[in-house]
Amino acid sequence: MISQAQILQWLQLFASKIAENKDYLTELDAAIGDADHGINMDRGWKKVSTQLPTLVDKDISGIFKTVSMTLISSIGGASGPLYGTWFLRASTAVAGKQELTEQDILGLFQAGLEGVLQRGKAQLGDKTMIDVLSPALEKFGKAVDEGKNIPEALQQAVAAAEQGMKETAPMLAKKGRASYLGERSIGHQDPGATSAYLMLQSLLAVVEDEAGGKV
Amino acid sequence: MKKLINKPEDFVRESLAGMAAAHADLIKVEYEPTFVYRADAPVQGKVAIISGGGSGHEPMHAGFVGLGMLDAACPGEVFTSPTPDQMLAATQKVDGGAGVLYIVKNYSGDVMNFEMATELACSEGIRVLSILIDDDVAVKDSLYTQGRRGVGTTVLAEKICGAAAQQGYNLSQIADLGRRVTTNGRSMGIALTSCTVPAKGSPTFALGDREIEIGIGIHGEPGRERIDVKSADEITEILTQSIIEDAGYSRTVREWNENQGDWVDVELINQPFQSGDRLLAFVNSMGGTPLSELYLVYRQLVAICERQGLQIVRNLIGPYITSLDMQGCSITLLKLDDEMIRLWDAPVKTPSWRWGI
Repeated sequence: MISQAQILQWLQLFASKIAENKDYLTELDAAIGDADHGINMDRGWKKVSTQLPTLVDKDISGIFKTVSMTLISSIGGASGPLYGTWFLRASTAVAGKQELTEQDILGLFQAGLEGVLQRGKAQLGDKTMIDVLSPALEKFGKAVDEGKNIPEALQQAVAAAEQGMKETAPMLAKKGRASYLGERSIGHQDPGATSAYLMLQSLLAVVEDEAGGKV
Repeated sequence: MKKLINKPEDFVRESLAGMAAAHADLIKVEYEPTFVYRADAPVQGKVAIISGGGSGHEPMHAGFVGLGMLDAACPGEVFTSPTPDQMLAATQKVDGGAGVLYIVKNYSGDVMNFEMATELACSEGIRVLSILIDDDVAVKDSLYTQGRRGVGTTVLAEKICGAAAQQGYNLSQIADLGRRVTTNGRSMGIALTSCTVPAKGSPTFALGDREIEIGIGIHGEPGRERIDVKSADEITEILTQSIIEDAGYSRTVREWNENQGDWVDVELINQPFQSGDRLLAFVNSMGGTPLSELYLVYRQLVAICERQGLQIVRNLIGPYITSLDMQGCSITLLKLDDEMIRLWDAPVKTPSWRWGI
């Protein structure tokens, strides 16, 4: 189980990871985009971070919904609608929940990914955040089927996410601003895939902390 | 980085505040969320035209808010598309009961945010249609990219659709007109230097002293290649020939269908230019290139068009869709018909563009 308190910790940790990696994400974006991914994500997540203390009485669905609206209205660019849609769909998938089982997490990962696919019209292999979210979902689902607990399943999902993130480097970008570079997008890791990896990695860190102080 | 800024995070807001102070007779600005609108909005019974996009392209879009052009503009952060709540608030403010047309540049962030705004506005019972501008011939393969970027033709579409709205065209007529403008407009740009985004503080990309980037978008993103520096005439030749020789271009665009209340795919096709066509020739500075150099480019552009039997019947020369401090220029050619010429010549009164009044 993941508790409502852990969800709040996760979002806080992700916000701080974005702040720490703001310049790194912006540098990745400067190589193939327009040099604002870190700046934009940090603007949105700073705002989320200040709101989190006011969300302690909400259920997980309500928390995700507020996060979604904040991201949509403060990030802009493509990242606002994409992360906003991920959290909005996740919110619907966990309606009324105060804690999440393996199946709930699977459901929210699935719903989030479907939302991003619809909104962004990108596919696996287009050099986007989908190249992280999709393999992570697949690995998580498989691990749950094999009877793994949440920390174990998340470990496998995050390992797949990391591999997916690294594999965006040799890809040719087909969506977003990087697509205009064509062949020259090859050799650079995708900034959106990188922030999506940080999101999943932060969740694992919070869950592992509970499970055995591994952070 | 040396720039006239206070704090990078205040750049957009402070710039808009200055603009509002300078043109208080024409525009007003709201900040929570941010949008610029005609001081006399809403104009009852008139279709409202809204555009928007990242800041850093001034005077586009906020400089074009006023009589005969835009009813509102939604500026995002520098080079970052605005958010749906900005667009929704602007839509509520300027809708005069005849509906609202969004003019959207084909960049993934702009498209996604305007799509969300369309859904929100329609759920409130406001009629909204949108047209997508995708005129950049530097982007070749529509199958493997986001499609062509929206660049110089955006400015021309805002003028022509704005005039049509002012003259009482209805919403679907203006959307048809806008589609006609985007399918008849073609652009290409070059960069001599990078630009510097205030929040980042260093140039977005590096160009050597002897290098230029051919086929850039309005954020400096390349589309074709990096080559050794050439003379103004040679650069003009490359840009103009790329535009003139661009073959027919077909693409599928997602448009909001009012009757179905859903997104539908619409196929749009561009026809290449032909000898005898009447053109509007637009030579645009990317921000850091002076007018004197643009005239040099225009001089050669006229010669090339004459050689190819293309008649330039209207022109626009200056910084209209820029990339902060980038040096470079873009050329846009738009094939005109009588109706478009009449609307182009119609009066306009905005902070950055006025004639006929």
